[in-house]
Amino acid sequence: MHEWALAEGVIKTAIEKAKEHGIKKINEIDLKIGEMQDIEMDIFKFALDELMKEYDMEAKVNIKIQKTRLRCNVCNHEWSFDEFKLSDEEKEFVHFLPESIFSYARCPKCGSQYFEIVEGRGVWIEAIRGNDD
Amino acid sequence: MIDARISVIGDRLKNVKRVIAVSSGKGGVGKSMVSTTVALALAKKYRVGLLDLDFYGPSTHLILNANEKPVEKNGILPPTIANIKFMSIVYFTEENPAPLKGKDIINAIIELLAITIWDELDFLIIDMPPGMGEEVMAIIKFMKNAEFIVVTTPSILSWETVKKLLIFLKENKCNVLGVIENMVMEKSIENEIKKVSKYLGKVEFDENIEHCIGKPSKLLESKFGKGIEKIVFYILQ
Repeated sequence: MHEWALAEGVIKTAIEKAKEHGIKKINEIDLKIGEMQDIEMDIFKFALDELMKEYDMEAKVNIKIQKTRLRCNVCNHEWSFDEFKLSDEEKEFVHFLPESIFSYARCPKCGSQYFEIVEGRGVWIEAIRGNDD
Repeated sequence: MIDARISVIGDRLKNVKRVIAVSSGKGGVGKSMVSTTVALALAKKYRVGLLDLDFYGPSTHLILNANEKPVEKNGILPPTIANIKFMSIVYFTEENPAPLKGKDIINAIIELLAITIWDELDFLIIDMPPGMGEEVMAIIKFMKNAEFIVVTTPSILSWETVKKLLIFLKENKCNVLGVIENMVMEKSIENEIKKVSKYLGKVEFDENIEHCIGKPSKLLESKFGKGIEKIVFYILQ
């Protein structure tokens, strides 16, 4: 996912959820980002700052990158994203659409394309902290 | 944990007036040709987008001869081809197979809907895969205003399956615009279709259609294209 689109998703979701839970001022957001999203952290943080200004917010965003874990459904082998030898172009495709990994990668042990992403994709808000006044 | 991508989907589509998903229970009924030609016909007068969600068998890029690539700008800007804003998984998988499974399909749809900047559109046409898989569920879940056009051929093999899709869409309170009967030769099942759904019209089998693939203007001028253009009238009501 593109960094700006991602940051927009984070801010809008946080505002929406804060409203639902009666939080008037968001102080902190805990984020978990899958390694496969391959986020350019500088651009992402800049986008978050700019969007927070736009929405009159001032929250601390704690970012945790979740390592990728893949599992082969044929031989049960588990491996990590950095074991793939993808070209720069393929990495770029995976950055935009992580599921495109299924077009370029194979199980390093048995060569199967029938594997799954156990962890390491998506953008998740784990917690939002703030006050109600 | 909350998926941070979901909230932006509504925003990405807020300036899209109508979303029309072209579906069929069965493969090989000409769904992609119909969806692309509906988009081309509408694009003569309206602002139109075309999203190919047939991940296993994307083909609308071939029909449009889509060589231009999307551009990254605060998301992904779809290229404009034959006056249509166009997005497909092939921009990320190229000509390779995309063996996505259940939750991968949903994730890929969420991602595409969250990153694609359609801007203002009168119509977003979606080319759906055959069947009632994750893609249909995702449209029902994330695009609540979507309307469905269902395509069948006069063959009983096609119609029997398409009927099941129509029942499913009805039970799930989806807005079905009606059925297009495609590839009609001698026998039409118009009366059968009318018992179940609104009949949008028939399109005769066009033996020259293969020559129009990759040539959008020729496609619109074909017997098939003219047949679809007539039917587009129903969409505008």
